[in-house]
Amino acid sequence: MSIPAELKYTKDHEWVKVDGNIATIGITDFAQGELGDIVYVEIETEGDTLGQEEVFGSVEAVKTVSDLFMPVSGKIIEFNSKLEADPELVNKAPYGDGWMIKVEIENPAELDGLLSAADYEALIG
Amino acid sequence: MKKTALFDTHVALGAKIVPFAGFEMPVQYEGVNAEHEAVRQGVGVFDVSHMGEFFLRGEKALDLIQKVTTNDASKIDIGKAQYTCMPNGKGGIVDDLIVYRLAEQEYFLVVNASNIEKDWNWIKEHNVFGVEMTNASDEYSLLAVQGPKTIEATQSLTNVDLSAIKPFSFVEGTFAGCENVIISATGYTGSGGFELYCKNESVKKIWDALFEAGKAQNIQPIGLAARDTLRLEMGFCLYGNDIDDTTSPIEAGLGWVTKFTKDFVDADLLQKQKEEGVSRKLVAFELIDRGIPRHDYEIVNENGSVIGKVTSGTMSPSLKKGIGLGYVSSDKAALDSEIFISIRDKGVKAKVVKLPFYKA
Repeated sequence: MSIPAELKYTKDHEWVKVDGNIATIGITDFAQGELGDIVYVEIETEGDTLGQEEVFGSVEAVKTVSDLFMPVSGKIIEFNSKLEADPELVNKAPYGDGWMIKVEIENPAELDGLLSAADYEALIG
Repeated sequence: MKKTALFDTHVALGAKIVPFAGFEMPVQYEGVNAEHEAVRQGVGVFDVSHMGEFFLRGEKALDLIQKVTTNDASKIDIGKAQYTCMPNGKGGIVDDLIVYRLAEQEYFLVVNASNIEKDWNWIKEHNVFGVEMTNASDEYSLLAVQGPKTIEATQSLTNVDLSAIKPFSFVEGTFAGCENVIISATGYTGSGGFELYCKNESVKKIWDALFEAGKAQNIQPIGLAARDTLRLEMGFCLYGNDIDDTTSPIEAGLGWVTKFTKDFVDADLLQKQKEEGVSRKLVAFELIDRGIPRHDYEIVNENGSVIGKVTSGTMSPSLKKGIGLGYVSSDKAALDSEIFISIRDKGVKAKVVKLPFYKA
């Protein structure tokens, strides 16, 4: 189970990579493992501005569907369009090619409330 | 929570275990798509020992079976099996099951795990025929060996000529050195193969022998998740999803196993339904637009009015599109009818299609 130390996490199993005022967001290795084979990532919120914990899309595995939640408030400036043809990238490389969205961070203070790698590891224990 | 005799084996194989029908069952090993593919193209083994097994013995065993089931059990020769269902006295379904005829006056009923107690009580209640009933569910294990390479992978384990066993036929024989195994050409996948009924004490030996014998065919363990996608691609009903105590066999498209040439529970009611028609029907549909239907999603018409509900749905691993079963008002049940599946408040276009979804 991979939990990169340099990322931030949510209790809903999203990860956040911060680069200046841009957050790249995906789901964790643990989450993809629990979901199983991912067959569809539906994100139709590109260009929208959403608040923290609002639903920005959904991820469908063969057997289940899960909502995706905004770890931080902001405008969704990009969706990983590779996932349209290859949703299994989320299984293969959850922290790499399986990233989902890029967000323009609205309120940097929200980042402080996210979980560290150690906190997240304790959560999924 | 109960465990099958192979529980430790599944854990050792790294299976993900989930509670199902009162049992801790393996839902997946390598991954649902890979396991699905293994069964469609090769051979896989399911531990489905949670299923229930009853023996009915006696001069009037057939009379009891005829009374409680819809299909005509008088047509079952020794060595044959039949798919059927039990109506509940109110037009609904107690369970669907397979009836095997072991001998002149001996039958073997295989029922769903979630319904073992309900079925047992229901049959017992109707046993005014003095039939000797035995619930052997806790003593019997069931392995389903399924896929086009089943015979190639397993023939070395038995002297019984597997290729000679026709669909819905069975042979009792020695398998992997274990005696009195029921080798049945049945299954829930549409990819051929056998179901092996044996005593719990034999099942580990048979499991291990299957994996040894099937090495060259890359035999794989298969979990319940792939069992569900495989059966749904064939349109086989799942009790608790597609049929239950509130759905009639006629609505569910089980008219082909409902024979009015004999008397049985609900015969008059169901015959009336068959003659006069029903207001809703179970249909198969595939999505035209992108999306995945799920159990309990609403089915709507072009105006957004609710016309039914999805009972089973998935992304088909073989067809790579959303497929499902659901009840719709009968005017929308004809082939090619355009319907919409309500997915997160959006109406996703679908059409009614013929079963099976997947053709081997």
